[in-house]
Amino acid sequence: MQNDVVLTMRGIDKYFPGTRALDHVDFTLRKGEVHALMGENGAGKSTLIKVLTGVYEKDAGSIWVEGSEGEAHIHSPQDAQNIGISTVYQEITLCPNLTVAENMFIGRTSGGTVPWKEYEKRATEILNNLGIPARAKQELSRCSLAVQQMVAIARAVDMNCKVLILDEPTSSLDEKEVEMLFKLMRDLKSRGVGIIFVTHFLEQVYEVSDRITVLRNGQLVGEYPVSELPQVELVAKMMGKDLDDLEDMEAVGAKSAGKAEVVYEAQGLSSTDCRPYDFAIRRGEVNGFTGLLGSGRSESVRAIFGADRVTGGKVRVKGSEVKISSPHDAMKHGIGYLPEDRKRDGIIADLSVRDNIILAMQVMKGFFHPMSKAQMKEFADEYIKALQIKTASQDTPIKSLSGGNQQKVILARWLLTHPDYLILDEPTRGIDVGTKLEIQKLVLKLAEENMSVTFISSEIEEMLRTCSRLIVMRDRKIVGELTGDQLTQGYVMKTIAGGDQ
Amino acid sequence: MSGKNNRRREPLTDAQLLMTISIGIFVAMYVLAMIFLGGGFLKAQQIFDLLNDNSYLIIISCALTVVMIGGGINISVGGVIGLTVMACALFLNGTGIAAGPLGIVIALLLALGIGLAFGVGMGFLVSYLEIQPFIVSLAGMFLARGLTTILSVNPVKVAHEGFGELVKAKIKIPFLGYVAQNGNLIPAKIEIGTVVAICVVILMYLLLRYVKLGRNIYALGGNRQSALMLGINVKRTCFSSYVISGVLSGLAGFVFLMHKPAGNASVAMRSEMDAIAASIIGGTLLTGGVGNVIGTFFGVMILATIQKIIALSPLNASWWQEMASGAMLGFFIILQSVVLSNRGKKAKN
Repeated sequence: MQNDVVLTMRGIDKYFPGTRALDHVDFTLRKGEVHALMGENGAGKSTLIKVLTGVYEKDAGSIWVEGSEGEAHIHSPQDAQNIGISTVYQEITLCPNLTVAENMFIGRTSGGTVPWKEYEKRATEILNNLGIPARAKQELSRCSLAVQQMVAIARAVDMNCKVLILDEPTSSLDEKEVEMLFKLMRDLKSRGVGIIFVTHFLEQVYEVSDRITVLRNGQLVGEYPVSELPQVELVAKMMGKDLDDLEDMEAVGAKSAGKAEVVYEAQGLSSTDCRPYDFAIRRGEVNGFTGLLGSGRSESVRAIFGADRVTGGKVRVKGSEVKISSPHDAMKHGIGYLPEDRKRDGIIADLSVRDNIILAMQVMKGFFHPMSKAQMKEFADEYIKALQIKTASQDTPIKSLSGGNQQKVILARWLLTHPDYLILDEPTRGIDVGTKLEIQKLVLKLAEENMSVTFISSEIEEMLRTCSRLIVMRDRKIVGELTGDQLTQGYVMKTIAGGDQ
Repeated sequence: MSGKNNRRREPLTDAQLLMTISIGIFVAMYVLAMIFLGGGFLKAQQIFDLLNDNSYLIIISCALTVVMIGGGINISVGGVIGLTVMACALFLNGTGIAAGPLGIVIALLLALGIGLAFGVGMGFLVSYLEIQPFIVSLAGMFLARGLTTILSVNPVKVAHEGFGELVKAKIKIPFLGYVAQNGNLIPAKIEIGTVVAICVVILMYLLLRYVKLGRNIYALGGNRQSALMLGINVKRTCFSSYVISGVLSGLAGFVFLMHKPAGNASVAMRSEMDAIAASIIGGTLLTGGVGNVIGTFFGVMILATIQKIIALSPLNASWWQEMASGAMLGFFIILQSVVLSNRGKKAKN
């Protein structure tokens, strides 16, 4: 073994009922490097991380960590912590009801009592040191999501960890915060910490990483220094195919809806979380809401669906005035909504894939008109095939599917109700490049079939590729509506930023 | 960041806010009672009477607060009191060593032992076998009530002499007393049970605030998954919270016996519901993670004051007391959700 290696994983196997999540995977992490772990959804990244952090027990293979004698035995997150492996997850794994300081120290200090003064003093030092805008005595739930994430990192950093795992740490951070995080990562690197960086943002990989390990379908594809693996090749390796698909996409492009019938129109629509705004969408049109995180884009579309309490405005669906004050009203008028946070608003984790697919359909029909078992199976099969959902069977609980496949199930749920107007709020967040492309293609296909779609994504290129009209929001207000020639990355950026106008 | 910034006072946490509200309501209620009902409410003894009569309730309310903060529930506390009271009463009426002064000590250990056994048993089922705490403690309650009846169907009065002394023993505070009609000074009297209950409140406050186990219980109730990820042994923490609540229930049984020295199949019937109500009124959330025993103490005092006020008013009847307590609980739950959702909105913007 080389001297500068801090972590070695060899021949790791992990089985789940019906699937082999990891198949003889090797992974090596060196001191003072940022090592990107890449792969599509279901490639096994999360599983590998969870094996390493003791959330799952591996079925075969060995792990060595520098500084521990012989093989490391990791059976719980505590074991992992004790041998110097810290993790910061995409979902905040801190306690919202405790203070910032306490969240940084709980569960890892010796002694039986809590030295509050010391906690607060040290926490303040660390927060200042890392430039995190939080106060030690602040309750965590009073901090923004981004700050909570940084507190989690501060905790891990303070644990003098040898291996720091950052699992999608940037997905809820804005650009400035991402920069801050990268600065922190480089700082840690220079102190000799090995960092495993899991992300879906390719640019970010190239910005901070030294090395890339690619997984596909639970198997190791290879380990490459960043300089030897151009971005295009990386994507190809992750998907296991060439990028022709991507080019096809560009060729399709987005077309304007022209003078088709207006399917949905709102005047002065407002809810408890969004200000009054006007909006309309035509049949077969794909439009987008864009803006920075917190600009109010999600809140606006939630108002269309009646997901928050609607406080005012006139709504017309296909020309006739209707009242939409709850998701059920919206569904009755042919509107579907795929929520941003699929874990919280979308999936019902313990139900099977089939039950999750037919859920919305069943609600529409009403509970006194149950569907036959055969019908449910048929629908489920149809959509599992159509959307290429990777699942062991229809009866598999949805929670054991990967993020991208869960997203497809929710998409299937809405497609099954044949809505006239479908709202997709960040359908591609946290899923891999391949599935992203599939979803984008699907959106365009749906539009061709005369469905109207509102598409929201944090990635502007993605929206430019799919939308024929972009509504730009800033500070909870609509600041621009871009069509045709205006749909370029530069112009959109300028509109988001505001500039001098 | 400047030092000034660090010295800035943090806004009240949800728990502190809810607790402050309940203290405020208690004070307001008591002052109104002093103005409109006068009489007993003008004497300091009234407060001590509320404490003396409800010392056992204060203890089990603390027990419930601890479990509820951890995201659990324990409705067996009343049953365990019943069982402890009956077991101790029978034991103290025995002969031999039980009849001597040492018998009292053994009875206390017996009470704590019964509580401990229930706490350990239920804690094991809830934490390690992951069975719903409501079901487990419901079973615990039935078991305790059943065992009480097996021990004796008839009421058992404690005849132990030394224990009788203990029951009569009162701490007298002359300067808080009042002058009776015949001109004698009657000092304020505090029962031993009250002292025990106050100690429990202080100990539980310190435990929840300064001891790691206490903080782990908050983390557990705040977000179980996160607590696990933060390296907390959630099963052991959860187990400990039930053991604490069990032991406190046993202690509450002994305190009950010191107040009313007789065992009876229906002792402390329904008191678990009062304890849950007191915890909620004091600012403990049923969802876990938020709460505080000081608030709970005032929760008990609010319920006790309501009962006293109704007993002194023309409406004196048990159903009025229950309805008033129920209305208070409903009012608090609505208040809590209004306060918390308003704060949530403010924090968002």
